[in-house]
Amino acid sequence: MISSHLPILLVVVPLIAAPVMVILRSGTAAWILAIAVSWAVLAIAGALFAQVAGGGHLSYFLGSWPAPWGIEYRIDRANAYLALLVGVVAAVVSIYSPRSIFAEIEPGRRYLFYTMYALCLSGLLGIAVTGDAFNLFVFLEISSLSSYVLIALGRDRRALMAAYQYLIMGTIGATFYVIGVGMLYLDTGTLNLADMAARLSSVSEPRAVLAALAFITVGVSLKLALFPLHLWLPNAYAYAPSVVTAFLAATATKVSVYVLLRYYYSVFGGGAVFQALPMAEILLALSLAAMFIASTIAIFQDDVKRMFAYSSVAQIGYITLGVALASATGLTAGLVHVFNHALTKGALFLLLGGVALRAGSMRLGSLGGIGRVMPLTSFGIVLGGLSLIGVPATVGFVSKWYLVQAALERGSLWIAFAVVASSLLALVYVWRFVEVAYFREPDAKVAALREAPVSMLAPAWALVAACIYFGIDTDLTLGGAAAAAEQLLLGAK
Amino acid sequence: MTPESLILGAITVPLAGAGLIAAAHRTPDLREGVTLVTAAALFLMVAGLAPEVLAGGRPGVHVATVMPDIDLAFGVEPLGMLFALIASGLWIVNSLYSIGYMRGNREAHQTRYYVCFAVALASTMGIAFAGNLFTLFLFYEALTLVTYPLVTHHGTPEAMRAGRLYLALLIGSSIALLLVAIVWTWSIAGTIEFARGGILGGHASNATVGLLLALYVFGIGKAAVMPVHRWLPAAMVAPTPVSALLHAVAVVKAGVFAVLKVVVYVFGVDAISGLKSVDWLPFISGFTIIAASVVALRSDNLKRRLAYSTVSQLSYVVLAAALLTPLSVIGAALHIATHALGKITLFFCAGAIYTAAHKTEVSELDGIGRRMPWTMAAFTVGALSLIGVPPAAGFVSKWFIVSGALQAGNHLAVVVLVASTLLNAAYFLPIVHAAFFRRGASDAHAAHGEAPWPMVVALTITAGATIALFFAADLPLALARQLVSGPAG
Repeated sequence: MISSHLPILLVVVPLIAAPVMVILRSGTAAWILAIAVSWAVLAIAGALFAQVAGGGHLSYFLGSWPAPWGIEYRIDRANAYLALLVGVVAAVVSIYSPRSIFAEIEPGRRYLFYTMYALCLSGLLGIAVTGDAFNLFVFLEISSLSSYVLIALGRDRRALMAAYQYLIMGTIGATFYVIGVGMLYLDTGTLNLADMAARLSSVSEPRAVLAALAFITVGVSLKLALFPLHLWLPNAYAYAPSVVTAFLAATATKVSVYVLLRYYYSVFGGGAVFQALPMAEILLALSLAAMFIASTIAIFQDDVKRMFAYSSVAQIGYITLGVALASATGLTAGLVHVFNHALTKGALFLLLGGVALRAGSMRLGSLGGIGRVMPLTSFGIVLGGLSLIGVPATVGFVSKWYLVQAALERGSLWIAFAVVASSLLALVYVWRFVEVAYFREPDAKVAALREAPVSMLAPAWALVAACIYFGIDTDLTLGGAAAAAEQLLLGAK
Repeated sequence: MTPESLILGAITVPLAGAGLIAAAHRTPDLREGVTLVTAAALFLMVAGLAPEVLAGGRPGVHVATVMPDIDLAFGVEPLGMLFALIASGLWIVNSLYSIGYMRGNREAHQTRYYVCFAVALASTMGIAFAGNLFTLFLFYEALTLVTYPLVTHHGTPEAMRAGRLYLALLIGSSIALLLVAIVWTWSIAGTIEFARGGILGGHASNATVGLLLALYVFGIGKAAVMPVHRWLPAAMVAPTPVSALLHAVAVVKAGVFAVLKVVVYVFGVDAISGLKSVDWLPFISGFTIIAASVVALRSDNLKRRLAYSTVSQLSYVVLAAALLTPLSVIGAALHIATHALGKITLFFCAGAIYTAAHKTEVSELDGIGRRMPWTMAAFTVGALSLIGVPPAAGFVSKWFIVSGALQAGNHLAVVVLVASTLLNAAYFLPIVHAAFFRRGASDAHAAHGEAPWPMVVALTITAGATIALFFAADLPLALARQLVSGPAG
């Protein structure tokens, strides 16, 4: 009986947990509840993923109101894949969080952190599984507002400024999105995504549809930090608490990519978007810009978290490049990199959280010789860095392989070279860390540091191990991505 | 033991050895013992595979399917067998030499050194036994990464600079060029498994074949074809045993091995001979041979001279592969073995001279033959092998390469080989002459003898092997012949 309500439980469980945490007002209780909720979400997402693995979709009608008048939750292989990713990240991050949060946030406010975390989780999952355009907006706002708070809880005073900057840009993005939805509603008379897709073909004002597409693209691109709409990301990632950075880096932008793909393929129909409009060329140009410019900026950063934040902008460029290549292989490449990059960046930011806890500073200049005093943390960062470069036997390699293959299938040798050339930029900034960590003598401050606590090291290394494991056994990630791509290319059936 | 377990053992035993070496960190003698035992065990396992390969068998192991149609798999064939035998056999000798060198020079970070060495050998075995391009690429990258701490061992700013150049050139070329070549091969051929006769199956246009070959040759930076060669002289900043085994045997031979393997098993020698678009390769490799020899001639630093000599000799293999005739391919395979023996001897001697006399420049070597007769005798043998004078092993491979050039009708290649022989003589024989026939300048270090005994034993063994291989070339020759004509042999 419960199993028939899994789609809604995925969203409701974290949503209900939030006010419960407020009522309990205890940091410890909140943390335990957060872990329970995160693992419950993982279990539900896993069950849903298994259920739709064979194809088809699950429909759940809220309040038993049938579509297209009621709100429908529609789970197919594309969003089950995303939900699973969010579940995995939430599960790992929730175990990691207590030690890190207890150091960065004062006791009276810890339950608030977990409240916002639960809301953000609920929001992201809601975006992933909903089949209703306005419901998507509601969850988009829930996840965004809670992430603004989460970022603002950072220790650094600039966290407040970063959160405010993200708030302004994020609200613009959400507003653009809802304007686009409004136009679509005017033209089709429905908010149900599947119904919209069916009605768009017989619409009387095609220009309004194009305008809607443009608004939705810009709005979602702000949320997914597509260059040049990425300006909020470096500050937000650098000044937020480490747990928040890891969680958001691994989920928020990825879910936004899903939204873009859902609209492009399931609602508008991939053919209309990529053939009738130059969307592929625009995405291609912006992706290449992201890959090269963001990687180059990353090389010159002194703050390690900022360095990896710019790296994230570049890696998101790889994802959108896969989308821009507009083929089954390209879409698979983009989707597999969604998962792979989430694992990699999640691992890196969790490890950096350990460094933040022990060393206090994130400036490369003050971390000299840290490889000697925090060997496991540093080696984990090196492995994550190798995944960013795309060394074989890491998940990053799998994504790069498919991207190059997609480029070659299209006959664009130069895009293939662009992909590998930008990987070499990643080599430069990863190697900056390696040289600082292993080839400098630790000063007195660094020499007194200890390794990060086990409760933080273990989840971080679980993700590092996943980066290596899924680089060798790609059934789950690549299979899921290929299935998701196939589902999207089928259109909204 | 079954061939499959021998193959897996060849990878896992050095890795396990690395773990044990790290565990024996506090007991240096035990630690060195672990290295020697691991090296011996590895050689025995590799040698255990030889009878089957000589009989025509091609054992293989499938480890995992990484992506659809892309496996992590091993497969032993004659060229890989030859390379593995050379690398694993010389590891034993090099370990003995390392003990003498590291202790004689009171080097720091010795455990890290021996651990990285063991992992590097595991990666080398992975390259030698790779059954497809993905596995080759995986272990190729692993080898670059694990030799980085060895290159930057001393930790000096100069070592760090060299390390950066090393990584930049090797990872840069492999990711920017080799990876694209591999993925492109896959999209053309539908497979990346090695197969005799090539896998491109005529699906690629002539221009594509030419471009693909360029991506492979320049992407395999370890083969040091100009202009992707600068990492090799830069890596001389490493301790000499590193230069000896890795940058005369394991790393550089992995490079030319990969080039030869790609030519034989991806393109197919017969499939591409006669194509105009591959004509550029003999020119590029010929240029590298001559240009590197000229730089060697003008280098006073002994290790730098040896490094550029290596760049030149590696392109012998590439040139021979590029000539695309049966005799030249045999010569290429043989040269992997003979150059390894000759060069490691020369590097051993350079390290011995540095340890005993603290001399690094050629101009300082007057009269040193009196004080270090064993060392300089071995040096003479190594030099003769590289020049190609019998009874040193280098003569055998050079004979085949020149015959191959004549078979191909490429007279320019013959001229290049002859000129290179003369240049080799020009930069090696004066050293021998100065060492034995000139009086040394008297200085504070005048009163020295030979280097520590493990080092002298090691270089005598390799010098002896260089001569022995001339007389007993059957095994390498048999493997090389099978490379060309198939299991029927």
